[in-house]
Amino acid sequence: MTDVVIKANRISKSFGSVQAVDELTLNVRKGEIYGFLGPNGCGKSTTIRLFTGLLTPSAGSVEVLGLIIPSQADQLRLKIGYMTQKFSLYEDLTVTENLTFMGQIYGLKGAELKQRCQQQLNTYNLGRLSKQLVAGMSGGEKQRLSLAAATINQPELLFLDEPTSAVDPENRREFWEQLFDLSEQGTTLLVTTHYMDEAERCHRLAIMERGKLRADDTPANLMQQMGVNVVEVQAPALRSLKAKLVARPEIRSAAQLGTRLRVLIYTRIQQPERWIKNTFPELSQAEVAIARPTLEDVFVSVTGGD
Amino acid sequence: MLSLTRVRAIIFKELRQLSRDKLTFAMIVMIPLIQLTLFGYAINTDVRNIPVAIVDQSNNRTSQLLMETVRATQVVRFVQTYQSPEQAKQAIQAGKVRAALVIPHDIQQRLTQGRPLAQWMVDGTDSIIGGAITGLQQMPFSLNTKTANGQPAVISSDNKFTVALYYNPSRRTAVNIVPGLIGIILSMTMILFTSIAIVREREKGNLELLINTPVRPIELMIAKITPYIFVGLIQVGIILGLGALIFDVPINGQPHEIVLGALLFITASLTLGLIISTIAKTQLQAMQLTFFILLPSILLSGFMFPYEGMPEIVQWIAEALPTTHFMRMIRGLVLRNAELQDMWKDGLWLALFTIIGVFFAAKRFNKTLD
Repeated sequence: MTDVVIKANRISKSFGSVQAVDELTLNVRKGEIYGFLGPNGCGKSTTIRLFTGLLTPSAGSVEVLGLIIPSQADQLRLKIGYMTQKFSLYEDLTVTENLTFMGQIYGLKGAELKQRCQQQLNTYNLGRLSKQLVAGMSGGEKQRLSLAAATINQPELLFLDEPTSAVDPENRREFWEQLFDLSEQGTTLLVTTHYMDEAERCHRLAIMERGKLRADDTPANLMQQMGVNVVEVQAPALRSLKAKLVARPEIRSAAQLGTRLRVLIYTRIQQPERWIKNTFPELSQAEVAIARPTLEDVFVSVTGGD
Repeated sequence: MLSLTRVRAIIFKELRQLSRDKLTFAMIVMIPLIQLTLFGYAINTDVRNIPVAIVDQSNNRTSQLLMETVRATQVVRFVQTYQSPEQAKQAIQAGKVRAALVIPHDIQQRLTQGRPLAQWMVDGTDSIIGGAITGLQQMPFSLNTKTANGQPAVISSDNKFTVALYYNPSRRTAVNIVPGLIGIILSMTMILFTSIAIVREREKGNLELLINTPVRPIELMIAKITPYIFVGLIQVGIILGLGALIFDVPINGQPHEIVLGALLFITASLTLGLIISTIAKTQLQAMQLTFFILLPSILLSGFMFPYEGMPEIVQWIAEALPTTHFMRMIRGLVLRNAELQDMWKDGLWLALFTIIGVFFAAKRFNKTLD
C-alpha cells in the first residue's frame, strides 16, 4: 500500500451504451513511469479522467495517493500535475506570466513563487524565452512550457496525456530525458501514448484496447511473454504472400516492413523458420530469419483478438 | 475556502489578456460611442419632412399663408389634400400620413378673435412625431394684411394651433433614450463579454487544464466577472458624459447613486453572461444566446415601448430581465432625481439576481465531465 500511488479496482465507465472503460484493474507504484499504450479511442483519456476525478466510475473504486476518488478529488488536485494533449496554457500571455499564473493557482506567492518560476525556467531551458508571448513559440518550446507549468507545484503524481504528439523526434528525446529526471526525484508519471518507441521507455506498460486492459507488465517481460515468435521473410510478391500467410491459424499476423514481411507465428510451432519454409513451397529459397521481438509485435499480438 | 491568491491570479490574468486583445479593447470604447451616436441621431427629436395631409375648409389668403408658413419650417411635407377631417383621420389610421392640418372655414374670424387658427390631428404612436408637430406652436407667423385700424395683425405664439394626439396621449420625451441606452449597451457588452469568457477557455483548451487544478468553480466565476465591472463603469461614464455633452440630457441624480445603480446592473448582466457561458459549448452559441436575451431586453424592457402599455404576460417576461429593472431605476435616478431608496425593489432584485446567478453558474460549471 505504501508505495502504490494509483490503485484501480475493477473500474468501469460507460457513456450511454458505449463501454469506454471495462473492468480495469491496475496498480501504479511510486516513482514509476507508467505507460498507457493504445489506439485512439481505446479509453486511455477516460481512464486518466477517472483517476483525476473528472469522471465518476460507473462501477469499481479508485484510490490515488491514498485519497478516494472522486470524492476527495479536491485534495488530490493540489498534489498532482496534469499535462494535456493539446497545448492548454494561455497563448496571449508570456512564458513567465503563464508560469506565475499556474503557480498562484496552486497557492504559491511572493518570494517562493518567484523562486519556483525561476527554477522552472532554468530546468526547462526557457530562460531565454521568459518574456516572449506563447503564441509565437514552436511546438517543442510550448511543450517544455507545459511541462514546466504542470510541475510548478512539485506534484507527487504527474499525468501526461499524449505529451509528445506535437513535437519532432529530437524534442521528444529531450522531453523524455526530463521525464526520467522527474522520475528519479520520486515523481510518479502516468503517460499515455500511441508511439511504440515512447512506450518502450516506460518502466511499466499497460496496453488498452476498446476499454479493456490487454497487457500490463514491463516492456521487456511483455516482449518475452508474447506467445509468438517473430520471423522475417524476404521474398518477392509480398502482398499476395501476406494474404496467404495470415489465412493459416498458426500465424497470428503479418506486417510488411519495406522489402520484408514480419510474421508472428504462435509458439506452439517449434521451429518456425523450418515450418514456414515447409508449409509454403514458394519460400523454400527465400531468406527467412528469427527476429528480435519489438513492442509493436507485442501490441499486435495482444490486440485485435476477440 | 475561497483563496484570494487564486482569485487575484485569475483577475490579473484576465486583465492582461484583455489588454492584449486589441479588438475587444477597442469594442469597450467603440460600442458605446458608435451606438450612442447612431441611436442618438436615429431617435432624434429634430425630425423633418413628416408626411402630412391638409384639410383646408377656408381656402382663402390667410389659410394659404398659414400653410406656406408651416411648409417653410420643413418639419412637415404636405402629401395629401382632403375635403373633410374624417377623411384625414382615416388616412392617419391607415398610415398614409402621420398627421393632418385642419383649417376651419372661419379662420378669418378666429384670427381677429385671437382664437386658435387651426387644429393638428397627430398619430401619437410615435411620440417623437407628436413632439415635432407640437413644436410647430413656436413657429413665427405674421400676416401682412392690414386690419381695420391699419396695424399689422400679430398672432400670439402659443395660440396658433390646437393639437389632438391620437392613440398615445401621454407623450414621452426623447431624453428617455440616453439613460435607457445605458441599459441596452451594458446588456450587450457585459453579457457578451462574460458569456464568451468561459466558452473561450473551453474552446482554446485552457479549461481542461484549469479543471485539473485546485481552482474552485466559485473562485473562477467571481474572478471572471470582476474585471468587467470596471469595463462597465467606463461605459456608463462614456454614455452619460456624451449624453450630457451632445444630447443635453439633464443628469439630475446623485453621481454616487447612479454609479451604485449601474454597479448593480453591471454585476447582474455579467452574471447572466456567466450562466450563458456554462450552457453554451462554443463561442458562436454563446453569441446566439446573448442575442436571444438582448432582443427582449431592447424591446420589452421599456426602452422602446412603455412597460405599462405591454400586455400582462409580456410584463412578466420583462420582469425577468435585469434590463427592465435597470431601465426603471436609471431613468428615475438620472431624470427624475429619484433616490436609490425609492427604487429599492429594483435594486434588491438585481442584487439577488447576481448572488443567486453566480452560485447557479458555479454549480452548473461542475468540475466533473460526467
